[in-house]
Amino acid sequence: MAEDRSPSPRADVCIVGAGPAGAIVAARLSEAGHDAVVLDAGPRFDLDDRTEQLDAHVRPGVDGGVSETPRGDAADGLWGMGGERDEYTSSGPAGYPLNAARVKGVGGSTLHWQGMVMRLHERDFELRSRHGVGADWPLDYADLQPYYAEAERELGVAGADDNPFAPPREEPFPLPAFPPSHSDAIFAEACESLGLPTHSVPNARNSEPYDDASACVGYGTCKPVCPSGAKYTAERHVARAEAAGARVVDRAPVQRLEHDDSGDRIEAAVYATPDGEEHRQEARAVVLACGGVENVRLLLLSASDAHPDGLANASGLVGRYFMDHCFAGVGGRIDRPTRQNHVGFNTTECHALYDGTDPLPGVKLEFLNYAGPSPVIEALHADDWGDSLLESLRDSYGTHLAVGGLVEQFPRAENRITLDRSTTDDHGNPVPDVRWSVGPETRAAIERANEVQRAVLEELGAEIDWVVGPDETGPAYHHMGTTRMGTDPAESVVAPDCRAHDCDNLWIAGSSVFPTGGAMNPTLTIAALSCRLADHLDGWL
Amino acid sequence: MDLSRRDALAALAATGVAGVAGAATLDDADGAPAESPDGSAVDGLDTLVAVAETVYPSAATGVDAFVETYVDGLPDDRRDDVLAVAADLDATARDWHDAPLPDLDRSTRDGLLRDLGVDVADPDPNGYLSERIRFHLVNELLYAFYASPTGGRLVGIENPIAYPGGTESYRRASMDAEGRDG
Repeated sequence: MAEDRSPSPRADVCIVGAGPAGAIVAARLSEAGHDAVVLDAGPRFDLDDRTEQLDAHVRPGVDGGVSETPRGDAADGLWGMGGERDEYTSSGPAGYPLNAARVKGVGGSTLHWQGMVMRLHERDFELRSRHGVGADWPLDYADLQPYYAEAERELGVAGADDNPFAPPREEPFPLPAFPPSHSDAIFAEACESLGLPTHSVPNARNSEPYDDASACVGYGTCKPVCPSGAKYTAERHVARAEAAGARVVDRAPVQRLEHDDSGDRIEAAVYATPDGEEHRQEARAVVLACGGVENVRLLLLSASDAHPDGLANASGLVGRYFMDHCFAGVGGRIDRPTRQNHVGFNTTECHALYDGTDPLPGVKLEFLNYAGPSPVIEALHADDWGDSLLESLRDSYGTHLAVGGLVEQFPRAENRITLDRSTTDDHGNPVPDVRWSVGPETRAAIERANEVQRAVLEELGAEIDWVVGPDETGPAYHHMGTTRMGTDPAESVVAPDCRAHDCDNLWIAGSSVFPTGGAMNPTLTIAALSCRLADHLDGWL
Repeated sequence: MDLSRRDALAALAATGVAGVAGAATLDDADGAPAESPDGSAVDGLDTLVAVAETVYPSAATGVDAFVETYVDGLPDDRRDDVLAVAADLDATARDWHDAPLPDLDRSTRDGLLRDLGVDVADPDPNGYLSERIRFHLVNELLYAFYASPTGGRLVGIENPIAYPGGTESYRRASMDAEGRDG
């Protein structure tokens, strides 16, 4: 029987996007007794397909492993991204691989994420005041601190209070940290010599059973798929929301938001369904939670006589200040076993470079547990077998080390998401254009990160094999800044409570509201803001 | 390095195959043994073992029981595909060398696979013969081997990617620091 995708009666809240930002809001509001309808552009993926998706990831020639791909043969990859539905252009000086950077579907990009969940540091909220660059947030760390604690419980974060650079904590992590790896111990020697304290990594991954999900069993394929369910995905909050009465409609891409005659209030989200029909979901409140690119596109697609430049865009800033984190890394080999590729996540980091001024952009160093090739994957791509294959695998595996890292981008107005009206998606809507570049201060910070990374490996006597520097860097797939939060409607898109300055009943969730992004993976902050937004909306509704 | 049925079960865990204990045996996978195009019975298992002995390191022993258990545990459709391509390869061996594949020595089997271009073929479940052999036979068997703890150990990793080997091994300084698992 075909799923009923017809609209519900006027809901308390319509949430666009079933990733972590939207799913957390949906779960908490539903549990507070509000009627919530969640619309997601992508499909609902079957948990029973995860092992087949692992198979498809590891074994060349195996199809995606998803039972119901959203658009038949146009879909590709493990999560069905690509094709006409997901068309985009990238006009900036640095190309942006948008469809590798996101997943459309119930769970959103947590379906393929790494699962690293650090709090922003205090300096991240006051970059303009402290250093005269970027922007200040209209709230500070203390404002968000209780919500960070809630977010850690929501995601089941495994961590330890051992980071001398982290902002203050109020309670232990919900789960114990994953202990350091063998290679972490190797790095610790060198880092100690260089005066770089190392510490654990907070992971949204179960170090022991939590929230009815398994502990990690070590498949080693966290990114792009965790078959055990130990890695948090927003499907957990979707399940909670539905258990509390929310309705979640998949394959229902919202085409535009429609407002009342005054232009001040959103009346409905107009969405399409696979049968070619369009429907109107009316709601008292609307929450946009479809990521830093699609949030922008939907606001711009909702232009009207009252809002000729797009909804919530009186400032002209919708889409501007697009930020990501830039990768910097150095890898090489040493003369002893490094024991890589047992697990697909990291267990040690260093925030020593984060809060200072050399460099000014934040830099977070990551000590990888998956440097170098995996023997099984290499074997399946080799053009040899037998003893000679074994010999080559032994030669290529076992002694690799790598230090990666994320480097901050300051907000730059010219980095932006716009509509490319020359290209349309499967519903005839203009597609997003991503204009992304790496500024001089970030390039310099990447070079500084490389210096430190190289020093660590040289301290270990490593032979350096590769360096990802400013010319080779790429994005970490964290889409931030495009509907920035602020107090001045001329300088921001949403108010400190995440409500659009220009619409009385439109809120935005997710990292698009970040005025700056630091160099910490953004999902914990996304979750904290969603907890905060749910509290606010509970009162408003 | 002795492979065991237990290693095969570990490899099946890596493939995500559930319900291994209830899997059919090789001979009754589809109700009857696979047949070659000329109608003679093909011992599919022998053909698979012959391929495995070619693509596995020479140090591997116990290959026949390992392969039998692994193939028995595959889902029916996947096992059927493996057996069908094994029959095609065996037919090619008979055509080119006037003998079934298992009767050829290891060097000749190796040469046959390379002459077919299997070593450089892109694995494709529905492609040309060489691509299907690469996907359904060579890569299936290499996956079983190197995604298992025993095969991985030969390279230096007892918890290879795709094998759910827990969260202890990544902390150890060496494989010798723990007892054998898997």
